[in-house]
Amino acid sequence: MQYAHDPALLLARFQFAFTVGVHIIFPAFSIGLAAYLAVLEGLWLRTGRPVFLDLYRYWIKVFSIVFGMGVVSGLVMSYEFGTNWSVFSKKAGPITGVLLSYEVMTAFFLEAGFLGVMLFGMNKVGRGLHFAATCCVSVGTLISMTWILSSNSWMQTPRGYTIDPATGRFMPADWLAIIFNPSFPFRLVHMGLAAFLSVAFIVGATGAWHMLKARKAGKISSEPVRVMFSMAMWMAAIVAPLQILAGDAHGLNTLKYQPAKIAAMEGDWVSEDHAPELLFGIPNMKTEHTDYAVKLPLAGSLILTHSLNGKVPGMKDFPRDQRPPSPVIFFSFRIMVALGMLMMLVGLWSLWLRRNSTLFTNPLFHRVALCMAPAGFLALLCGWITTEVGRQPWTVYGLLRTSDSVSPVALSSMAFSMTAFVVVYVLVFGSGLGILVRMLGRAPQEGEHDTPPSHASGILATSMHPGVIDPSTGKGA
Amino acid sequence: MMDFAYWLPIIWAVILVAAISIYVVLDGFDLGIGMLFALERHPDRRDVMVNTIAPVWDGNETWMVLGGAVLYGVFPGAYATLLPAFYLPIVLMLLALIFRGVAFEFRVMTRGTGREGMWNAGFMAGSAIAAFCQGAILGGVVQGIRVVDGAFAGGPLDWLTPFSILCGLSVMCGYALLGATWLIWRTTGVLEASCRRWAARLAVGLFIGIVAVSLWTPLLHAPYLRRWTDWPNIAFVAPVPVLVVVLGALFVMGLRRGHSKGPFLCALGWFFLCLSGLGITVWPYAVPPGLTLWDVSSPPSSQFFQLIGTAILLPIILTYTIYSYHVFRGKVTQTDGYH
Repeated sequence: MQYAHDPALLLARFQFAFTVGVHIIFPAFSIGLAAYLAVLEGLWLRTGRPVFLDLYRYWIKVFSIVFGMGVVSGLVMSYEFGTNWSVFSKKAGPITGVLLSYEVMTAFFLEAGFLGVMLFGMNKVGRGLHFAATCCVSVGTLISMTWILSSNSWMQTPRGYTIDPATGRFMPADWLAIIFNPSFPFRLVHMGLAAFLSVAFIVGATGAWHMLKARKAGKISSEPVRVMFSMAMWMAAIVAPLQILAGDAHGLNTLKYQPAKIAAMEGDWVSEDHAPELLFGIPNMKTEHTDYAVKLPLAGSLILTHSLNGKVPGMKDFPRDQRPPSPVIFFSFRIMVALGMLMMLVGLWSLWLRRNSTLFTNPLFHRVALCMAPAGFLALLCGWITTEVGRQPWTVYGLLRTSDSVSPVALSSMAFSMTAFVVVYVLVFGSGLGILVRMLGRAPQEGEHDTPPSHASGILATSMHPGVIDPSTGKGA
Repeated sequence: MMDFAYWLPIIWAVILVAAISIYVVLDGFDLGIGMLFALERHPDRRDVMVNTIAPVWDGNETWMVLGGAVLYGVFPGAYATLLPAFYLPIVLMLLALIFRGVAFEFRVMTRGTGREGMWNAGFMAGSAIAAFCQGAILGGVVQGIRVVDGAFAGGPLDWLTPFSILCGLSVMCGYALLGATWLIWRTTGVLEASCRRWAARLAVGLFIGIVAVSLWTPLLHAPYLRRWTDWPNIAFVAPVPVLVVVLGALFVMGLRRGHSKGPFLCALGWFFLCLSGLGITVWPYAVPPGLTLWDVSSPPSSQFFQLIGTAILLPIILTYTIYSYHVFRGKVTQTDGYH
C-alpha cells in the first residue's frame, strides 16, 4: 500500500477510468442498436411494410456515427493496457491478452468486415445478403461483448490459472475454467440487458420528442415515430423487470465471490444477520462508520440473502488494505438501482397506457420518456463504476494489486497524456454528441432516403456546387 | 515441449509481422489519402477520395487492434516494455487516429457549417501525425530501448532521435505514395491525373528515405551490420536491395504507360521489402537490443490455444475481407459513390 497515494498511479487509474468510461457508451450503444437494426430489417423483409425500412434507414445513420466513435475510442483501450498497466499486462497477458485476441478475431473483424456492406451496400448486394451483413454486424457486437466480459470477469473471479513462482506470471491451466469463470455468466447477462435497455430508452425518447413536437404543431405524429416509440416501450416493459432479476442474481454471485465489494456497496461495517438496508448514508473509510445512515430494517439481509436472518458481510471482516473505497460505490450502486427501478416503472406505465390506447396521446408520459433518454446509459456507467471500483485494490482479484500493476511511466508523461485525452475527448466526443442530437432532432420521414447523408457526399456536393462541372465525374473506366 | 517452446514464438513472430504488414499497407493508403488532402483542395474530389476508402477503413484499422492484441497475448514481455517506452508517440498516434476516424462522418455531418473545415483539417493532420508516429515508433524499436530486469528503464523522450525522425518522415512519404497510387487505381479524370504527378514525386522521396534508412540501420548495432554483410547471410539478403530497384523501374514504367493497378502494386512491393528488410535486421530480437522473442513470449499453453483459433479464424477473416473489397470494386466517381 505504500504506493497508494503515488500521483502517477492515481493518474494512470484516472486516465484508464476516463477513457474506458467514455468508450463503454459506444459499444453498448452499438450492441443495442445493431440488434434493433437487424430486427427492423428482418421485419421489413418479412412484412414488406415500408415503415420498417424508413426506421432502418433513420437509425443506421446514427449507427454509423456511434460505431465510428466506438472504433476509435476502443483502439485506445487495446494499447492502454500496455501503456498504463505494463506489469499487469506482462503477468496477466498470457490469459487476458489471449481472450482479447479472440475478441479481435471473432468479433472486430466480423463487425468491420460487414459494416461497409451494411452501410453502403444496399444497392450493391441483394436484400438477403444485405440482411445477412446486418446480422453479422449485430452478432459481432454480441461476440465482442462476450469475450471482453469474460476477460473482465476473470479479473474479478480468477479461475483456471497457476502462478509461475519464478516470474509471478499467471499461467493458463484450464481455458474453459478461465472463460466460464464464476461471475462471467451473470456479468454477461446483466451487461447485455443494460445495452438493450439503454438503446430502448434512447429510441423511446427520440419517439417521444417527435410526438411532442407534432402535438405542439397540431399534427398527428408520423407512423415511423409511433412504431419506434411503441417498439422501445415494449423493450422497456419486458427488459427492465428482467434486468432487475438479473441484477439481483449478479448481486448474490458477488456476495459469494467478492464479499468485500458487497460490504462496501452496502456501507456495512460489521457483519450481521437481520441486517438493515441503508437507503442513504456517507461511508467514512477512516472512522469505519457510515454517517447519516437511513436504514430500512431487515431489508439488507432480505435483498442479499433472500432471507430475513441471512448473514451479511461487513467491511471490518477485511483488513484495511483490502477494502474497496466504499463512498464511491455506495452511491454509484444506489444511483444504478434507482434508475433501474424508474425504467421499470416507465415500462409498466407504458403497458397501462397501451391497454387504454393512450400510449401515443399522453403528453405527460412522452415528457417522462424524453427525460429518461440517458437513464439507461447512466445506470450502465454507474454499474460499471460499482463493479470496477469495487474490485479495488486489486486488478486480479485477491492476487495482484493495482499499485503493483502500473507501468514505469514518468509522471510528466502521464500528466501530459491525461490532459491531451481530456481535451481531445471533450472536443471529439462532444462534437459527436452534438451531431447525434441534431440527427435525432430530425424526425424520420416516410420514404426516408437510403444513404447515410454522411456518404451522400457526391449528391450533396454536386447540388451545393451546381456550377462546377468536374471532368472527373465522367465515366473513365 | 522444448521444441514447442522454441517453434511457437517463431510461428507467432511470422503471424505478427504479417498482421503488421497487412495493417501498414491497408491503413497506409487510408492515412496517405488523409495526407493528400493537403494537395487536393477541391471539395468534390476530396469526397471521391474519402469514398474510395469509406467502406473499408474500419476493417483496415482492425489489423492494428489485432497487432496490439497478439503482442499482448503472445509476447506480453514485449507489449509491457515497448508500450511504456513509446508512451508519448503511442498516445499521440491514438489521439491522431481518433481525429482521422471520426472525421469520415463528421466532415460531412457538419457540411455547410463552419466546422467542416475543422474536420477536414483533423482528417489531414490526424493522418499525418499517425503516420509520423508509426514510423518513429518503428525506428525507435529498431534503434532499441533500455531495459533493466525485463522492464523499460529509459526516459520518456529516448525514442526521439534523428534516426526515428527520419523513419517517421519516410513512412509519411510512403503512406502518401500508397494513397496516391491507390487513387490512381480507383479514380478517374482530374484526380487520377493529379495523383500520377504526386506519385512520381513521392516515389522519389520514399526511395531516398529507403536508401538513407538502409545505410543508417546497420550502423546502429554491430549485429545488424553482420546480418547484412557476413557470408552466407549476404547471399540470402542481397536480393532485397536488388528487388527494390527492380520495383522502382516497374513503377516508373507503370506510371508512364498509364497502368491503373501497376503503381499501387509496386508501392505495396516496396513496403513488403522494407518490412522484410527490417525483420531480417532485427531477428531474433523482439525488443532490441536485449530481449529475444523467447524472452518475451507467453507460456506455450497460451500461444498454442491462441494459435488454434488463429489458424481457423484468419483464413475466414481474409475471405470476407476480400469479399468486402470485391463488393466495392471498380472506379469511384462523384456520381456513383456508394449511394
